[in-house]
Amino acid sequence: MNSEEVYITGSCILRHNSIRLNGDLLWETNRETDLQEWLRAGYDRFFGQYPKFHKMDALSKLGWLAAEILLKDTPVLSLPPETVGMVLSNRSGSLDTDLRYYATVKDIASPALFVYTLPNIVMGEICIRHGFKGENTFFVSETFDTELMSSYPAQLLTNTPLQACLCGWVEVMDQQYEVALFLLEKEKRGLAQPLTAAALDALYQKNKY
Amino acid sequence: MELEKLMEDLKKQIIEQLNLQEVTPESISNDQPLFKEGLGLDSIDALELIVLLQQHYNIRIANPEQGPEIFYSIRSMAEFIVAHQTAKA
Repeated sequence: MNSEEVYITGSCILRHNSIRLNGDLLWETNRETDLQEWLRAGYDRFFGQYPKFHKMDALSKLGWLAAEILLKDTPVLSLPPETVGMVLSNRSGSLDTDLRYYATVKDIASPALFVYTLPNIVMGEICIRHGFKGENTFFVSETFDTELMSSYPAQLLTNTPLQACLCGWVEVMDQQYEVALFLLEKEKRGLAQPLTAAALDALYQKNKY
Repeated sequence: MELEKLMEDLKKQIIEQLNLQEVTPESISNDQPLFKEGLGLDSIDALELIVLLQQHYNIRIANPEQGPEIFYSIRSMAEFIVAHQTAKA
C-alpha cells in the first residue's frame, strides 16, 4: 500500500458545542446547551431546507451536520457517486438510540426510532443526502483508532475506484458527543496533508480539552 | 366528534408524532395527499400513523390493504375514525 498518494484535505470537529472546520472555529455556543437544542440551532444556522433532519437520531444528526459543513463547496460533490466512500467509527454504536427504542417497546414500539438502531445508519443518511454510492464501513472501538482509520481508507483509495473518502469518529451517548470527520482524497488540495496515523491524530487532538 | 375539530387535532398530532418541525397545521390542507407529492411522507411515517391511530383513538387497522385509502389525506383519516367510532357505539 502506498499512502503517499492519499491526502487529508479537510477536517470538521464537533465537540463542546463548537464546530471547527479545518482547525478554524466556525461556531460556538454555551457548553451547557442541551444537545438536541444545539443540533437544531446548528441546522438552522447552517442549512434549513432538509426536513428529514428532524426525524434523524442524534448520531445521524451529528454525522450529517459535520459532513454537510466539511463537504460544502468541495469538488467531492461532483465526483461520480461510486467513487466516494465512507469509513466511520465510534465507541457506543447506536446504544443511545437503542435505549430510547427499548423504552418505547413497553408501550408501542416506535418505527421511527427502530430504523436508527444500527450505527451505520448515519452513513446512509449522508449517502442519501449527497448521492454517494462508494464502499462504506462502520467500526466500533473503545477510542478513535487513528492507525486503523488511516490505513484502511488509504487502502481503499489506493486499491479501489474510490477517489475520496469521509473517515472519522462519530460518537454520542446521552448528552456526551464528539465528532471528528476527515476528508481524504487522492487529489492534492485544501489542507493537503499526507495521510498518516500521526497526522490524523494531531488533527483529532487539537482543541480536544 | 365533529369532523372539522377532528381534522385540526389530527394535523397537530401528525406534526408531533412525525416530528415535522418545519410544518404548521395551517399549511396542511384537509384534502392534500399525505404521501408522495403532498406532505411527502414515507413508509416509516405510514407505520407511525398506524401507531397514532392506536394510541390516540384506540383503533387497530385489521386490513393493511386499507392503508392507502385511510391515510390518503387528513379528511380520509378523520372520516375513517368517525366511521369506526360510530360502528363501535
